[in-house]
Amino acid sequence: MTQTVGILSLQGDFAEHEAMLRRIGVATRQVRLPEDLTGVDRLIMPGGESTTIGKLLHRYDLLRPIQQRSAEGMPLWGTCAGAILLARTIQDGVPDQPALHLMDITVRRNGYGRQTDSFEADLALPMLGAPPLRGIFIRAPVIVAADPHVEILADLGAHGGIVAARQGTMLATTFHPELTPDDRLHRYFLEF
Amino acid sequence: MEKSTWSTKTGLAQMLKGGVIMDVVTPEQARIAESAGAVAVMALERVPADIRAQGGVARMSDPELIQSIIESVTIPVMAKARIGHFVEAQILQALGVDYIDESEVLTPADDEHHIDKHAFRVPFVCGCRNLGEALRRITEGAAMIRTKGEAGTGNVVEAVRHARSVYGEIRRLQSMDRNELYTAAKQLQAPFELVQQVAEMGRLPVVNFAAGGIATPADAALMMQIGVDGVFVGSGIFKSGDPERRARAIVEATTHYNNPELLAEISKDLGEPMVGIEISTIPAEQLLASRGW
Repeated sequence: MTQTVGILSLQGDFAEHEAMLRRIGVATRQVRLPEDLTGVDRLIMPGGESTTIGKLLHRYDLLRPIQQRSAEGMPLWGTCAGAILLARTIQDGVPDQPALHLMDITVRRNGYGRQTDSFEADLALPMLGAPPLRGIFIRAPVIVAADPHVEILADLGAHGGIVAARQGTMLATTFHPELTPDDRLHRYFLEF
Repeated sequence: MEKSTWSTKTGLAQMLKGGVIMDVVTPEQARIAESAGAVAVMALERVPADIRAQGGVARMSDPELIQSIIESVTIPVMAKARIGHFVEAQILQALGVDYIDESEVLTPADDEHHIDKHAFRVPFVCGCRNLGEALRRITEGAAMIRTKGEAGTGNVVEAVRHARSVYGEIRRLQSMDRNELYTAAKQLQAPFELVQQVAEMGRLPVVNFAAGGIATPADAALMMQIGVDGVFVGSGIFKSGDPERRARAIVEATTHYNNPELLAEISKDLGEPMVGIEISTIPAEQLLASRGW
């Protein structure tokens, strides 16, 4: 099946996602305006500053079209800032922070503290099998609550809380697989 | 769990890509910057244009000011230490800043040595005028680079010169065979392994932003098209007639840098830009970019 993966390219590490998908051999398109979504089969929202990306989503009228495409079944994956944009509830955001509010999860921004608290940890994701995936957490948010129908894919427990979750065709990860050479999570998303 | 790894240090800079980092001197300005869409703020006592105008020794800002700016926004906060002043850097790390700029905009504290940045948990960004300078800073532990430009001038010409120099030299390395790379490393005064890595990747191993003289949305888009990953705007925003509007416009121009029709819309009706300075009218000893080596 030929498919085109859209990558939200308003701000952040969209080029890293693009490079990963090209290595896998998938066609990609940078999405900055609503018309860029035409012909896109799935969408990745990269890491970056969620306040910046949210404002640009709002100013360039992308919130409604993405919500609509998602309702029609387009798979969506948010990494870090992208996961914040997906969450129904955002804690420690800025007032009126624009976001998609699509997944039934609550996310707390800067969940571990400031930059010197950023960390790496091995993550056991059941659907990926061995070996563990190296999770890079940069001023990362944490998923503090999820409705029962949300599937928890990775939980660091007392040390870190929920870091990956799936709800139907939506995937939220608070870390950055695009910063590693490991493409398993990208391949997993491509099967949604 | 490992904290403050090289990946988390360089990774934060990767998350800032395609964004604008704004100089702010008060918590109020920091909130304006955040609400305009800045990806980070640089907390300072004086913007470079004022440092230039007032003269004297420019040092690290008052920790209380930095603390109050950290408390006023949710985006990353950077702060400047003097070149070679590792104690100012220790203080900034203790304050919890997210990035330290070892900056030529402040008066150097050491005229021979830069800070050993590997010794810190907090990541550093450093200025450069050319590829050799960039690679020397990376060797010392800088996790992000910015081209220096000439801060506080509102004149983009030096930012363009420095970015063109870095990318031109990278393209030159890409055309070299291994024999030539050894000599190139000597000329660049940088470690061979790093020079070889740049030649293979065709880019710096860390993120590179432009700084020093960006005053308009078109300036930001120009730097992005030349190839930088994002922009620092210092005096250009809060020394202009309508900072809020200009800040928003520069953010949008950095995203849509390749779309001239949108850039035309974004650039409309922004009020007065900061008054610029022609570089040739600045006495040589007052040029900031020549600080650091």
